[in-house]
Amino acid sequence: MSSSTNLNVYDADFVDEVQRESEQNLALCYQCGNCTAGCPVSFAYDYPVNQIMRLVQAGRKKEALSSHAIWLCASCETCTTRCPNDIDVARVMDVLRHMARRENLVCEPAVSAFWDAFLGSVEKHGRIFELGLMASYVSKTGRVLTDVDLAPMALRKGKLGFKAHTLKGISEIRGIFDRYREHN
Amino acid sequence: MSPCYAYYPGCSGLGTSLEYDTSTRAMCERLGIELVEIPDWNCCGSTPAHAVDHLLSASLVGRNLAIADNMAEERELAGIITPCPSCLKNLKTTQHRLSNPEFRSEVERVVGRTVRADLPIKSVLQVVVEDMGMDVLANLASAPLKGLRVVPYYGCIMVRPPQIMQFDDPDNPMALDNLLTALGAEVLPFALKTDCCGASLATTRQDVVTRLSGRILDAAAAAGADAVVAACPMCQMNLDMRQAQINRANHSSHNIPVFYYSQLAGLAAGQGEVSTMMDKLCVSPRALLASLAARAGEGA
Ligand code: SF4
Ligand code: SF4
Repeated sequence: MSSSTNLNVYDADFVDEVQRESEQNLALCYQCGNCTAGCPVSFAYDYPVNQIMRLVQAGRKKEALSSHAIWLCASCETCTTRCPNDIDVARVMDVLRHMARRENLVCEPAVSAFWDAFLGSVEKHGRIFELGLMASYVSKTGRVLTDVDLAPMALRKGKLGFKAHTLKGISEIRGIFDRYREHN
Repeated sequence: MSPCYAYYPGCSGLGTSLEYDTSTRAMCERLGIELVEIPDWNCCGSTPAHAVDHLLSASLVGRNLAIADNMAEERELAGIITPCPSCLKNLKTTQHRLSNPEFRSEVERVVGRTVRADLPIKSVLQVVVEDMGMDVLANLASAPLKGLRVVPYYGCIMVRPPQIMQFDDPDNPMALDNLLTALGAEVLPFALKTDCCGASLATTRQDVVTRLSGRILDAAAAAGADAVVAACPMCQMNLDMRQAQINRANHSSHNIPVFYYSQLAGLAAGQGEVSTMMDKLCVSPRALLASLAARAGEGA
């Protein structure tokens, strides 16, 4: 089957999976567009958020999971707040990101790499160590110029610590990450 | 008896928003709200954790909730409070989802502890506004912020989603407006109170954050504000530390100080610039504060 026909196939498993993981009833969406009207990042999306909802309803797995929109979503919760059918749209966006990572369909690798660098810092120290986080993000993406213009100001204001605040209970945090990985 | 809360400062309070954490603690002390920091608290995972996995996110939060449960066995706690809306949303979302027994047992297995999570969870702002009330704040303001024209910026998630956050109005919140009015400031109408600044994309998509944060600064300037007042460490950092970046990207020339509300509470209570850590702000408020002092001098 070519991918173009594939895109038109209704993938029932995908619909079930999104419903189960997000605990939302996707059939309730009647495409009123309220979510999109309030979405601050629509200007940068390939599909506005109501169309993402439609793609999910229509079982169009590959298009939904390989969209840029799911990575540019700022988790601002405006869509969830305004949906007349009480659909937690932001949670659906979260779930689509989880699935896109599992299926290797991530369309904005820098965003995903930043999440990983952030969580890596949490796993290592238990709290965020900003300098270490930025170093790890830069090494993952090669984006050496990320926010370098802010560094002098941040240093002058004492806003960038040179020392990580590693927790006493760091082994407990590492255990949380280990057990979570076993689960997946 | 003064209420005692388990305090969750959040990671930014250790560095990028040191002035928020410090001024929040000072404000609570003045108001008779006792804070006991959750011992050895860990990062809640912020947006990255819930964007990557809900079980991981809830488990990172769950450890902090479990430690707070233990604290509550030692002494009476009125709840858990945090100054950071992103931490708050993670704490409250997790508490909400733990009402599903199946999810709870998975979280408890990953955390390796039981998690009761039955203490009320609130923002510091909510406790100050709802429990203390405006009269207490007005009485505290020995040096009212007379003549200071501000716009209150709540950020997107302080009040959203309302089903979870259960605080104020999700489209037109008034808590910060009322608080600043009680402190003597002039609060201007501001349509972008709860519009997103783009914080979660700040590092990865600068084009998005400069556009969204730029709109907020444009609107503040158009309203005629001397300053923006923030209640979120990420919003404040975008609007303040990135103001030069925003100006470059948008060909604007904003030079608007962005205060934390707790810093202004300190100023109104007669704390000086030094102890409210005004020097931590990137856009210097010095000239503005000097002109206020001069105006107050004339008025006296
Ligand atoms: S607001 Fe709700 S019902 Fe309307 S389009 Fe968005 S998800 Fe569908
Ligand atoms: S949560 Fe995401 S999709 Fe929803 S309105 Fe905010 S940015 Fe748009």
